[in-house]
Amino acid sequence: MNTTIRRLSIFCLLMFLVLMANITWIQGIQAPTIKEDPLNRRQYAEQASAPRGPILVGGENVAYSENIADEGDPARYQRVYEGGDMYTPIVGSFRNYGASGIEAVENDLLNGSDDRLAVRNFRDMITGREPEGAQVQLTLVPEVQEAGYTAFENLGGRNGAAVALDPDTGAILGAISYPSYDPNTVVDINNPQDSTNAYVELENDERKPLLNRALNERYPPGSTFKVVTAAAAIENLDAGPDSTQEAPDQLQFPSGPPLPNAMGSCNGGQPDTLAHSIQISCNTSFANWAMELGGEALSEQATAFGFNPEEPMAVPLSVVDSYAPVESDQSILGRAGIGQSNVEATPLQMAMVAAGIANDGDVMRPYVVESVRDSDLSVITQTSPDTYSEAVSARTADMLTDMMVLVTTPPEGSGLNAAIPGIEVAGKTGTAENGTDRTHNWFIGFAPADDPQVAVAVVVEFGGGSGNELAAPVARALMEAVVL
Amino acid sequence: MSDTSTPEAPTALPPVKRRNAELVLIVVAVVITMLGIAIAGLNLSGRVPAATWTVGLTFGALAVAAHAAMRFVAPYADPLILPCALFLNGIGVAMIWRLNAVESENIESAGVGMQLVWTALGLIFCFLIIIFLKDPRILQRYTYISALIALVLLALPALPVIGHEVYGARLWIKIGPITFQPSEFAKIALVIFLASYLMSKRQVLQIVGKPLKVGRFTLIELPRARDLAPILVGWLVAIGMLVVLRDLGTSLLLFGTFLAMLYVATQRSSWVTLGLVLFGAGATVAYFLFWHVRARVNIWINAFDQEVYEAVGGSQQLVQGIVGMAYGGLFGTGLGGGRPTDIFAADSDFILASIGEELGVTGLLAVLMVLFLLVERGMRVALASTGTFNKLLASGMAFVLVYQTFIVLGGVSRVIPLTGSTTPFMSAGGTALLTSWIMMGILLRISDNARRPAPQAIQDEGATQVIRR
Repeated sequence: MNTTIRRLSIFCLLMFLVLMANITWIQGIQAPTIKEDPLNRRQYAEQASAPRGPILVGGENVAYSENIADEGDPARYQRVYEGGDMYTPIVGSFRNYGASGIEAVENDLLNGSDDRLAVRNFRDMITGREPEGAQVQLTLVPEVQEAGYTAFENLGGRNGAAVALDPDTGAILGAISYPSYDPNTVVDINNPQDSTNAYVELENDERKPLLNRALNERYPPGSTFKVVTAAAAIENLDAGPDSTQEAPDQLQFPSGPPLPNAMGSCNGGQPDTLAHSIQISCNTSFANWAMELGGEALSEQATAFGFNPEEPMAVPLSVVDSYAPVESDQSILGRAGIGQSNVEATPLQMAMVAAGIANDGDVMRPYVVESVRDSDLSVITQTSPDTYSEAVSARTADMLTDMMVLVTTPPEGSGLNAAIPGIEVAGKTGTAENGTDRTHNWFIGFAPADDPQVAVAVVVEFGGGSGNELAAPVARALMEAVVL
Repeated sequence: MSDTSTPEAPTALPPVKRRNAELVLIVVAVVITMLGIAIAGLNLSGRVPAATWTVGLTFGALAVAAHAAMRFVAPYADPLILPCALFLNGIGVAMIWRLNAVESENIESAGVGMQLVWTALGLIFCFLIIIFLKDPRILQRYTYISALIALVLLALPALPVIGHEVYGARLWIKIGPITFQPSEFAKIALVIFLASYLMSKRQVLQIVGKPLKVGRFTLIELPRARDLAPILVGWLVAIGMLVVLRDLGTSLLLFGTFLAMLYVATQRSSWVTLGLVLFGAGATVAYFLFWHVRARVNIWINAFDQEVYEAVGGSQQLVQGIVGMAYGGLFGTGLGGGRPTDIFAADSDFILASIGEELGVTGLLAVLMVLFLLVERGMRVALASTGTFNKLLASGMAFVLVYQTFIVLGGVSRVIPLTGSTTPFMSAGGTALLTSWIMMGILLRISDNARRPAPQAIQDEGATQVIRR
């Protein structure tokens, strides 16, 4: 039996060797990689009380580090956030155990460890200056952000999101996600336990205040998607504002329930023009347009506006993909033409649709970081506008603009609440079914129609009203903050 | 370290006792423990904490008392076993003090909880066994009683009222304020049962049945179908543990120990193959049937996946343990210099990760070497002892130590799925420490018996001289 005991002890040796090899691998070789993993929450804990560069909106700090140590003690920096809840979805928070928003995405620049700051760090080391992180200037406009956030606060507890873009550049002028939270409650370095508890409470809040609905939530876009369908019809079928399409009061599909119109009749049951269908948001004619276009043409047009991206977009915050897949089943395709069935979009995506039309058909790549500057204000990075895609021709964009202006034109326009006196507003409402009895309410648009300065998309989650009733006033507030 | 590996066949010359070497090594272990506490205190608060003396010297007194007792009750026992065990116990105490020190308001008021009390109790049990279990072979009488005790101990936590669930695992029983983990003691009962059962049945189990051939080559020689009962029962118990008690760790430990001892007893690798195939099949079926098994495997494979990390009961603990080890690097942050308290169960299941972080891969390897040394001394006791039962008992206990270490550290470092198990001598917690020391008691007793020179017949005196070195 001694033979087997010897073999067993050799087996024991092997088990120890496996363990020893493995811990050597982890601690000796893999350690640097593991430390860089985003799941390494310690990197934040170490940095929580270290100085960081500020984040600026419109020249004012919205996030900065303040030394709270008593005089003579080693410095301890507390991150302070100005502006309350409204900037949080973009700015994020830098906590003991993690970070979100710009605080996470631009962490290396803010804490000064980015390679692009190496020269300055070296210089600071030699001159004995306290090294500082870079400052990040955002494209957000305080007035826009505030107007949007206040508008949501006045919606009686409804959640939602809104995005305002500069159509010429793609700069994000406003990105609102409601509800939000005050980051100061989760970053207190003197009471880390309270901060952690507060964050856990937010994580468990069923209203999801941690979710950035503007970039990271998809909703069926409903009728706002009709401008994409219209764009595809003009580009592919040589349609114009006066081209007509059958518009019965109820459309019978090969399978599934029939599709009604929201307002009953579009043109008394007669064929309806494209322009009128946009103006009053006719369902049946657009379902017919989609079926005439075919699944590929519709999906391709959506892709040109930014749907179905090959790789996820980053602004540099990551954005979830929006979908408008190729449909082969006519019943599903018809509903896709009015932004239902499998079509899902983020508010940012729908703002890109509006901005693309506003910018003569060119969709600009959206971005939220204007520039990053060193502590001595020399520019490290400056975002220059970049064309994402040429979604439609300038001529098509003009036609779509004219049709969208009808939406805010009385008496028949379906989005009159977005009209701004003295300024032409192009828009499109949406009331999206979502399987519950409370619809999502949308509005997309831009103003002024002849020289667009701002393009917006607003969604009111489970608003249960219409796009005109709930989303259009928010859109108007956002646009007014820019154009008035 | 010096090794006293004289040939230890029963007929060899009486071995040197080397109790003085043991004393020196024990003093080294105690000094390391005290230094550990002192360094942790220096790193945490800038001065040497009083615990260096209160905790350190209490532990030292226990260690020296144990050594003194050895001189009287087991003078011929292997001189390395006690120092190795005390070293591990001491490192554990130092680490537990260091972890408590961070979490208590005042570093001077930090203690080591009940760990020293359990150490004392463990040593008392160890020596009670050495003193009263004159010949471990009497345990053979209790073959099926041991089996019954093992099963009852395993099943106790499943009972209502006294069964106690901690963090989703139902492994504890609670009577009044006292909780303990009966599956720890079950290991001892199981090894005793297997040793006596296999001793009486090994001849039968050695019989070769049909060879399974492919062409002219024999793949495996299968045992006879009628001898399959014991392995099937062992297998059922292991799978039952996995499914009913959701305790993958104990399941692995019991079945692995069973296979190892079966192999030692029968010299038949076909039993091991058969067992592994059975266990693999059972585990695969369990994987598809039970979500908690799937969750374990998912956490193991996709530990660094954001979603798995953030899920309730996800891979957070595992990832933070590995991150801690990564921060330890080659030489560690020094005791008190790291952040092992970020890891859940840093003082029990993850104590080796805590050591990896603060003492580096160097320190962790050193601790593993001492554990390995202890295990190999246990194997040596098995080799040197007389009688099938003693050999099986000693090698079984040594195997439990190494296998348990493999399950816990392998889980922590992602060699195998993390299952939660205690680290011999080091984890905070009484039952585990008691169990480890009871096993040491049995090993030391067997060792002392094996190495003690046979009593000389009176008339031989002067005729044949035993030559001493």
